[in-house]
Amino acid sequence: MLPDIIQLIYLVATGIFIVGIKRLGSPATARSGNQLAALGMFIGIVITLFDQQIISFEYIIGGIVLGSAIGAFAAKKVEMTSMPEMVAIFNGFGGGASALVAWGEFTRVADPNVLSGQDLVTMGLSILIGSITFTGSFIAFGKLKGFISGNPLTFPGQNFFNAILTIGSLGLVGWLAFDPTNMLVFWILFGIALLLGILTVLPIGGADMPVVISLLNSYSGLAASMAGFVINNNLLIISGALVGAAGLILTNIMCQAMNRSLGNVLFGAFGGDNGGGDGGPAADTDKTVRETTAQDVALQCAYADKVVITPGYGLAVAQAQHVLKEVVDKLEKKGVEVKYGIHPVAGRMPGHMNVLLAEADVPYDQLYDMEQINPEFKSTDVVLIIGANDVVNPAAKTTEGSPIYGMPILDVDEAKRTIVFKRSLSPGFAGIDNALFYEETNQMFFGDAKDSLQALSQALNDV
Amino acid sequence: MSGLIFNLFIFVLASFVGFELISKVPPTLHTPLMSGANAISGITIIGAVVVAGQVDSEFAQIIGFLAIVFATINVVGGFMVTDRMLEMFKKKN
Repeated sequence: MLPDIIQLIYLVATGIFIVGIKRLGSPATARSGNQLAALGMFIGIVITLFDQQIISFEYIIGGIVLGSAIGAFAAKKVEMTSMPEMVAIFNGFGGGASALVAWGEFTRVADPNVLSGQDLVTMGLSILIGSITFTGSFIAFGKLKGFISGNPLTFPGQNFFNAILTIGSLGLVGWLAFDPTNMLVFWILFGIALLLGILTVLPIGGADMPVVISLLNSYSGLAASMAGFVINNNLLIISGALVGAAGLILTNIMCQAMNRSLGNVLFGAFGGDNGGGDGGPAADTDKTVRETTAQDVALQCAYADKVVITPGYGLAVAQAQHVLKEVVDKLEKKGVEVKYGIHPVAGRMPGHMNVLLAEADVPYDQLYDMEQINPEFKSTDVVLIIGANDVVNPAAKTTEGSPIYGMPILDVDEAKRTIVFKRSLSPGFAGIDNALFYEETNQMFFGDAKDSLQALSQALNDV
Repeated sequence: MSGLIFNLFIFVLASFVGFELISKVPPTLHTPLMSGANAISGITIIGAVVVAGQVDSEFAQIIGFLAIVFATINVVGGFMVTDRMLEMFKKKN
């Protein structure tokens, strides 16, 4: 057991973590909350160095210097659009570290027979969860980056096979507790855990990766907590549990926003890069869409009382946030009321679009959540839908049997006019046709989002 | 009360605190929250320090070193990138 003074300072660090997470809950205090959490972490690390068990500092200092350099470099360089990949990879390292802690502790004790069964079980679990998080996160990273196909990769009996592996790995954790000197059991457990991370994420479509990352984030918290059980450290147990709970809640929120159960996301092999969904109505070539021009859009917006913008990931792909902000500024100068309506899963992870717009200096009080903006569409003259698709598809409300039926959407079809900025009529992530395109009140503005917005911005000068 | 049971109490209570803390966060902050929480999960660095700092086995120390590198990437990268995001969140005027 650690000396009381270290334990007490751990308690202080725990308190700082909790206050930090609390402050992360509101835009005005979020930054200080994150900094507080970082301070708590710093205090925790520094005080641990005073632990008398720790004799050698070479590896510690070397590791911290190397890890800080890599982490800082990555954090500075990453594009805001790549945030899901960044979180995935950081998360993978966190989970990997927890597995390594358990492995190191297992190796350090020369005679594993001195370990109690409880210690061995928590070690086994830490290795299991940490390894799944490690490989799973890297597969998720690869899918988001496009190194690995975003389509669900499946083979017959996959879910059954994964279930067998999961049960088998839990069995091995138990076996190791009774037979800790059997290194073969240890290595098989390690191998299966790494394999499980790969096999459970491969069959999940690219569009569902944010849910997976959020869940893996929860796992990495759990793994850290298990590592805390292994070395009997309350700070680890508590912080890990906080993160585990946070990850679970976010996962749940995302599933609700997509109207899917977690089980369906994990085992349903839904969607893909080019859309793999089925069951939706195919594009009907008889239906016609109305095309529009920059000048026409500029006129409609300039003479509107209220314009709502619903951005999607296409906006970020085109790097058009800054031009959009320019358009909005011009409209506001003309006295038009402009609001942004953000779907909870706009972008590539929950809240991603808010970050991308914040990067373009859009103030956060101009961004409205789905619940806030939906009642306002009835009184909206023009909605500009830029790079969003499935989240404005009325089929979610009207077409039973559609894969997105029941998904909460932005009710843009209630506005007097909708204008969709899009390259083509191709379907979105869910792979289904969008009925909105053929509505009488809808117009299509074809082209790359950035080019279109630039043209619109130009046209607004002449209105 | 054995150590395991005591630790379980702490684990379960902390999970409840986590649920309470997070469930009221507005969607605007979900991305920074996820990345901030992710950085906190790098707390496992403390376990890594304990493993790397003991001299019973050189091999264990090397594993500990690797664990420190991994965890530090998670911690430093996670907090920094979260700060970068939150720095951009501004109120009107």
